[in-house]
Amino acid sequence: MRIELEKRAQVSALFSILSPFIAFALTMIFGGIMFALLGKNPAIALYSFFVEPLSEVWSLHELAIKAAPLILIGVGLSVCFRSNNWNIGAEGQFIMGAIAGSILPVVFYDWQSPMVLPMMMVLGMLGGALFAAIPAFLKAHMNTNEILTSLMLVYVAQLFLDWIVRGPWRNPQGMNFPETRTFAADAILPEMLASGRTHWGFGFAIIAAVLVWFMMRYTLRGFEITVLGQSARAGRFAGFSSRKMIWFSMLFSGALAGLAGIAEVSGAIQQLRPVISPGYGFTAIIVAFLGRLNPLGIIAAGLVLALTYLGGEAAQLSIGVSEKVTRVFQGLLLFFVLSCDTLIHYRIRLVWERLAAIKTDGSH
Amino acid sequence: MPVKGQTASGPLLAVSNLTKLFGSFAACNAINLQIEPGEIHALLGENGAGKSTLVKMLFGVLAPTAGEIAWQGEPVRVASPSDARKLGIGMVFQHFSLFEALTVAENIALSMDRNVSLARVADEASRLSHAYGLPLDPKAHVADLSVGERQRIEIVRALLQNPQLIILDEPTSVLTPQEADRLFETLQKLKAEGRSVLYISHRLEEVQRICDRATVLRHGRVTGACDPRAETPASLARMMVGSDVAPVTPEGTNIKGDVQLEARHLSVPARTPFAVSLKNICLKVRAGEVLAIAGVAGNGQSELFDALSGEYPVADDNAVQIRQRPVGTRNINARRLMGAGFVPEERHGHAAVAALSLSDNLVLARSQSDKRAFLGGGFLKIIRQSAVKAATRRISEAMDVRKSGEDPPAGSLSGGNLQKFIVGRELDRQPSVLVVNQPTWGVDAGAASRIRQALVDLAKAGSAVLVISQDLDEIFEVATEIAVISEGRLSDPYPAWELSREKIGLLMGGMYAKTEGAGAAHAH
Repeated sequence: MRIELEKRAQVSALFSILSPFIAFALTMIFGGIMFALLGKNPAIALYSFFVEPLSEVWSLHELAIKAAPLILIGVGLSVCFRSNNWNIGAEGQFIMGAIAGSILPVVFYDWQSPMVLPMMMVLGMLGGALFAAIPAFLKAHMNTNEILTSLMLVYVAQLFLDWIVRGPWRNPQGMNFPETRTFAADAILPEMLASGRTHWGFGFAIIAAVLVWFMMRYTLRGFEITVLGQSARAGRFAGFSSRKMIWFSMLFSGALAGLAGIAEVSGAIQQLRPVISPGYGFTAIIVAFLGRLNPLGIIAAGLVLALTYLGGEAAQLSIGVSEKVTRVFQGLLLFFVLSCDTLIHYRIRLVWERLAAIKTDGSH
Repeated sequence: MPVKGQTASGPLLAVSNLTKLFGSFAACNAINLQIEPGEIHALLGENGAGKSTLVKMLFGVLAPTAGEIAWQGEPVRVASPSDARKLGIGMVFQHFSLFEALTVAENIALSMDRNVSLARVADEASRLSHAYGLPLDPKAHVADLSVGERQRIEIVRALLQNPQLIILDEPTSVLTPQEADRLFETLQKLKAEGRSVLYISHRLEEVQRICDRATVLRHGRVTGACDPRAETPASLARMMVGSDVAPVTPEGTNIKGDVQLEARHLSVPARTPFAVSLKNICLKVRAGEVLAIAGVAGNGQSELFDALSGEYPVADDNAVQIRQRPVGTRNINARRLMGAGFVPEERHGHAAVAALSLSDNLVLARSQSDKRAFLGGGFLKIIRQSAVKAATRRISEAMDVRKSGEDPPAGSLSGGNLQKFIVGRELDRQPSVLVVNQPTWGVDAGAASRIRQALVDLAKAGSAVLVISQDLDEIFEVATEIAVISEGRLSDPYPAWELSREKIGLLMGGMYAKTEGAGAAHAH
């Protein structure tokens, strides 16, 4: 027996819209089964995971803080993925953006000026873009696979951060803790709203999403991204260059990941530590696909995935399960999103005849 | 290696009334073919004649719609390539299926139905390859091998199964003449052992040189079975391309103007192992002229299109001239801005993106040439949907494009309607130079005549038109001048009224300067 995926002649418009919701519902069902197997009441567990964090103002702010980097990175990745470039290393670009942006508040900590913050943001974007330039160069000129190179560079970035906060950038007054100085007031991204901690990173994320949506929908650049993603040959016929698109999409997504990194450090953590991200760069891949690579959809998807982080923390406290449950939920969600998308485009067929034919004919 | 179980004195393989329908289209129509033991049998025909479909049925890749295959007198059903191998049929495809990162021996082992140790495979392959004059190092990595050496792997792979019939699909199309000579020696050895070879080709010279018998296909039917050595290239060519339609003479209303498109000693190295290099191509198209380039597919047509369109600019700026200005190094949009339009062969994924709407596909070709009309918002380059939609409507009306809805995805149109749109997209600009590759490939008759009429009208209006086509009917309908491309070389142009199909057939088979008379047929 063999399983064949057969392309559907007509893709259902209804199910294209419903797909993320179906995926989310399936994630809930399988998450419930998982809690049951862990010996927890699934209803209570799911409630504490997905509903409780939404019930108070302060936790809504936490949600926005967690969603900000996810949306920012996810929007950048959507441009990349749409152009058929597979940047899997946003986590690394996030970290390098955070490090580059922290040069001012850590190395030149004496310098106080209203210019510090904007320059940090620009440096953060530069750091992320430059780090993404490595896989971009390797793909555009050496024909390497960007999935592998960008992924492997994540570990380089993580270890570089680890080294720099334990070594050259360690806080001299920090009692040997592996941390940098805490940032001065001029280097801290201010809060957006009076009601809580949400910093401007969330604002950046929303602005970026709207701008990218506009670019994709109305401009020639968005058209170029779509065409090259669908067919490099047609893009060449249109006079678009796949190689330039590799550079553009990788640098663009790298810059947004870098901005997410410096915004997170400057707004939420306010210093560098050995670990500054619970895997935002990887989770943003799920965000991008759950949002159907549409920047506005990514805003919603970013909020949903941010909820899994909060829910993990909440469930750890209230029902005593491991925070690894967060990862399980994210994995389930990505799996179901991708399988729903596949089933929209293909139908599954089990094939028996071929084998039978060989058996009968093999006899003579 | 002796041939196993050779008993019957009848034909090794007999095919009767073999038919393959794709929808209502008969790719193979009641084919009869007999292959005797120990003969090299040629299967001749133009592209699209049904050669590949026929051998795919023999090798179990396609299931026949009707008809019978008999192997040593017994009717058989070949349901898969592994069935074919069990019978004793081996096949060497035109495009190889090899893993570049693996060694020769590993590649061979992968294709074995049984489990055999790698060392034994290597020994056997090395012994066989030397015995047949195809030296191979089993430990070499495929990535390091030349195309000819890669073909040897495929041949040795087929020989390991000890086949009685070996099918070779256009084997010399990727070989140098020296490599081809070695291959012919190997085929003679196989023949001497009593094995049969089915040799697919469109090269008349080769077929005359090595084949004992030939079956000629045209439009899915057998148009002749003969001894190629008893024929002249002219008579073979006639069987291959048909001579039932009289040449069309042009009406003579075209007023010829200045040279608008020119290639001067255009040479382009092959970009990939399967690409054809262009060798010293010279052509001129004047205003009011339709130059048609005939040839069997895969002889450099798409490479020529790429070089003329600027999708792949060439190193020498002077090698391509549009309106008497050098553009060899300029890109496709620069050439469009000089008044040229281009229609590539492949509709989906080259001329158009199936998932995008017709209006988006209009922007695809004209974002730069029509940027004043189609783009707004300064550096933002916002696409003006209303202007693009209006132009889409205009083109659809002018070319009678039938579609469902106002602006449907390109993929939802039939081939003919999409092609009308793609051609209309260029005509709408009234280009002074138009380069079209296979303008009506796979298009229904109505759309085809509409497109051909449009090309003729464009030339009458004073544009220079270059049509690359495999369809001789089409060429005679539209062309004022005809040249033939073969193995990346272009023949001299002839006025359309001067050329017969027979002569074109000879030129397509690569027989330059020997085309006069039958005496020049035997090249060796």
